[in-house]
Amino acid sequence: MTAPTLPGTSRAPRPGARLGVRGASNFGVTTGPARTRPPLWLLLLAAVCAAAAAIPLVYLVVRTTEAGLGELLDTLVRPRVLQLTLNSVLLAAAVTASTLLLGIASAWALTRLRLPAGRALLIVAALPLAVPSYLAAYGWLVWFPGLNGFWPAWFVMTAVCTPYVTLPVAAALRGASADLELVARTLGKGPLGAFRAATWPQIRPAAIAGGLLVALYSLSDFGLVAMLRFQTLTWGINAAYGASFDRNQAALLALVLVVLALVVVAGERRSRGQLDRSAGRTRPRPRAAGRLLVPALTVLLLAPLAGIAVPVFGLGSRLLEAATLRAIDVPRLVEAIGATLALALTAALVTALVALPIAALAARYRGRLVAMIEAVGFLGHALPGIVVGLSLVFFALAAVPALYQTSVVLVFAYVVLFMPRAIGSMRSGIAAVPGSLTDVSRMLGYSPLVTWWRVTARLALPAIGVGTLLVAISVMKELPATLLLRPTGISTLATELWGRTAVFEFGAAAPYAAALVLLAAVPTVLLSGIRGVAKEQS
Amino acid sequence: MRRSARFLALTAGVAVLALTGCSTPDAGDSTANGATAEADGTFTLYSGRDEALVQPLIDIFEEETGITVDVRYGNTAELGALLLEEGDRTPAQVFLAQDAGALGALSNADLFSTLPEATTSRVAAGFTSTDDTWVGVTGRARVIAYDGEALSLDEVPTSVDAFTDPEWNGRVGIAPTNASFQAFVTAYRVLNGEDAADEWVAALAANSPQIFDNNRAVLAAVNEGVVDTGLINHYYWFAQAAETGAENMRAQLAYPEAGDAGSIVNVTGAGILSGAEADADALEFVNFLVSERAQQYFVDETYEYPLIEGIDAPTGLPAIDSLVNSELDLADLDTLEVTQDLLAKHGLI
Repeated sequence: MTAPTLPGTSRAPRPGARLGVRGASNFGVTTGPARTRPPLWLLLLAAVCAAAAAIPLVYLVVRTTEAGLGELLDTLVRPRVLQLTLNSVLLAAAVTASTLLLGIASAWALTRLRLPAGRALLIVAALPLAVPSYLAAYGWLVWFPGLNGFWPAWFVMTAVCTPYVTLPVAAALRGASADLELVARTLGKGPLGAFRAATWPQIRPAAIAGGLLVALYSLSDFGLVAMLRFQTLTWGINAAYGASFDRNQAALLALVLVVLALVVVAGERRSRGQLDRSAGRTRPRPRAAGRLLVPALTVLLLAPLAGIAVPVFGLGSRLLEAATLRAIDVPRLVEAIGATLALALTAALVTALVALPIAALAARYRGRLVAMIEAVGFLGHALPGIVVGLSLVFFALAAVPALYQTSVVLVFAYVVLFMPRAIGSMRSGIAAVPGSLTDVSRMLGYSPLVTWWRVTARLALPAIGVGTLLVAISVMKELPATLLLRPTGISTLATELWGRTAVFEFGAAAPYAAALVLLAAVPTVLLSGIRGVAKEQS
Repeated sequence: MRRSARFLALTAGVAVLALTGCSTPDAGDSTANGATAEADGTFTLYSGRDEALVQPLIDIFEEETGITVDVRYGNTAELGALLLEEGDRTPAQVFLAQDAGALGALSNADLFSTLPEATTSRVAAGFTSTDDTWVGVTGRARVIAYDGEALSLDEVPTSVDAFTDPEWNGRVGIAPTNASFQAFVTAYRVLNGEDAADEWVAALAANSPQIFDNNRAVLAAVNEGVVDTGLINHYYWFAQAAETGAENMRAQLAYPEAGDAGSIVNVTGAGILSGAEADADALEFVNFLVSERAQQYFVDETYEYPLIEGIDAPTGLPAIDSLVNSELDLADLDTLEVTQDLLAKHGLI
């Protein structure tokens, strides 16, 4: 795949050569991936890293087999389980479809129209990433307490997830050749037809990769569906832990989620297709928005309004009517900010390191083994935090008891949970580095590792940065695994927020909610500013 | 002070981790594994009750005894799952839980040690475990929350049986995955028999109840006028009233008539984990929870029913005797699985 995640991660495959359009290129003729078998060291390294992500799977299988076949079948055929599964699939599919539509339209407006304050609009479009889904849902409930069921869940989830599509597609569009669309128009296609024929193939990998993250996220989220009362598999999993203390049944339901996730990942891999990279490119020029201005702004602002503005005003109004608006415990707030930052930065760096070999492998090589390693790497994203948390409790106590309830295991959990966000973006960045350049480096006598470091890593650096920032944002917002695994006595902004809303202290919770959103907004703004492959701007 | 020490340990641990990649032990917290069996002036508490409510009490305990309590806050269900996963390798010595269901699950998994009779006998039978593996700490009455703007008190049913009437179609909020709701359904089964319970659950499920994730959400919905009535624990109303002011509460409480399954009293409680059987610090804390000082604290601060003799219920609450059905013993409520099968059969969980 290419251009999986966020901004500027990559250049999408270009049908330029096919249509005979050639533009100036920095790289000359390139070759696609998958020319050779992967080197053993890379394969092994990636497999070891993927093994980390497989821990929850092992745990789930252990727990499920404990249940025995009879109980398994009994549980699986319950109409309720079928209903939960259908609801999960329905929500994931609907949210993916709507984020794709909204995200692609937003990205198109951001890159192809001259909009007032275009740079600021890009940041605004990215901002919903900074709002935890449970907070967004809560903010909506303040205004419309009766919201519940599929449609509200779909709507709010779409709002918070749209940036996962908007940002990578905007990046791909920025790199895509506009000439092709003109050629298509000259050949008699209408605007939409030309977009489909010329531009869509160039942004498709970015869009599909964004859609993958959205789909997995919608499958695994619990906070939002619990608030908006739409009963999905994660609801069932939490109920199995919470009311019945039936870990085996919870594990079984989580395995159903895993199967759904594997189907989604496999589907993405199929539709991502083979890279078709060519040299041609000219930079598109944004045109005056004209009568498109109002619709374009409407589309662009929909997700930020629904994902940020409405919830934040909702929280603010709760704050005003709350009696517990007591003096803010500043040292405690600062401590939570410090812990959140330290954990997020560490986890982001470690995750980047672990995701890199998998991304490098998936970007350059194909084959069943490669596909498997990549798919396993994505698993953590489809599982609710409580499952990943418990699996690491199980694993840490068995393997490294001395590290249990230390920040080491907690960081490890973040790696498992959020590796996919890093893999997606890095893979596209690495895939976008022309193979010819690495060939030249090899011919000049540099070893593969030196080549990798001096050529590939350097050119893919923006994409690697984006992946790392995405992980940092996600870690800041994470709650269930943090509650289970944090060192006793350590609080993050998310756990402090949870502790206060749990006892109705909305006033006392507000500073933590505000700090969390502001803190997560920093990497969000940063990543919306990262553009393209390093050389692209020259 | 201790918090900042921990914070330093965390930062140090994270820094070390960042430098070495993955596998350096975190010096600050490496005592995690294995419960300390003896009194050493410190112990670890897993609290399924909220920090804002419990920490002041723990502060009092620390001040009085000089014992340091490391508290891990979480929700009762997740901490229960965590303790089951940790098994005998848990770093915890004491578990303070929001509901008896969680305590029962741990007791059934043999994770609790037996408490001395001197401790358990302070609480009346019926409000504590039958095998002394945990002791009841406070009581919470099941109540009917109703929208005070849509209904007057005399329009609210005095028995949960009424909620299956067409009149209440779509007008009842419940949290069927919640432990306290399930305890109530269990009480219904015990009091009225399996057939009646099956009939009632089926009729309720067919009467379009509004399903929520927890009691708090049910109350919030009643308070916003989203749903006319909701089955919750009394304590949530007082917690929210403390936040927004009792005079601003749109939701009001109605107490089902005595003897109705809808009026049972659920208990919170605490147990000592099996690895900490000989830990005097842990025991001292559990004893403290059922002392007059702590019980009075719960009455004053959380509006819960005290479970020891000589402490009065919070003002404004009906006497606990008027709610409790004398035919019902908490020990009869350990058939949770049957209840869950029943709820699952009718699609509520």
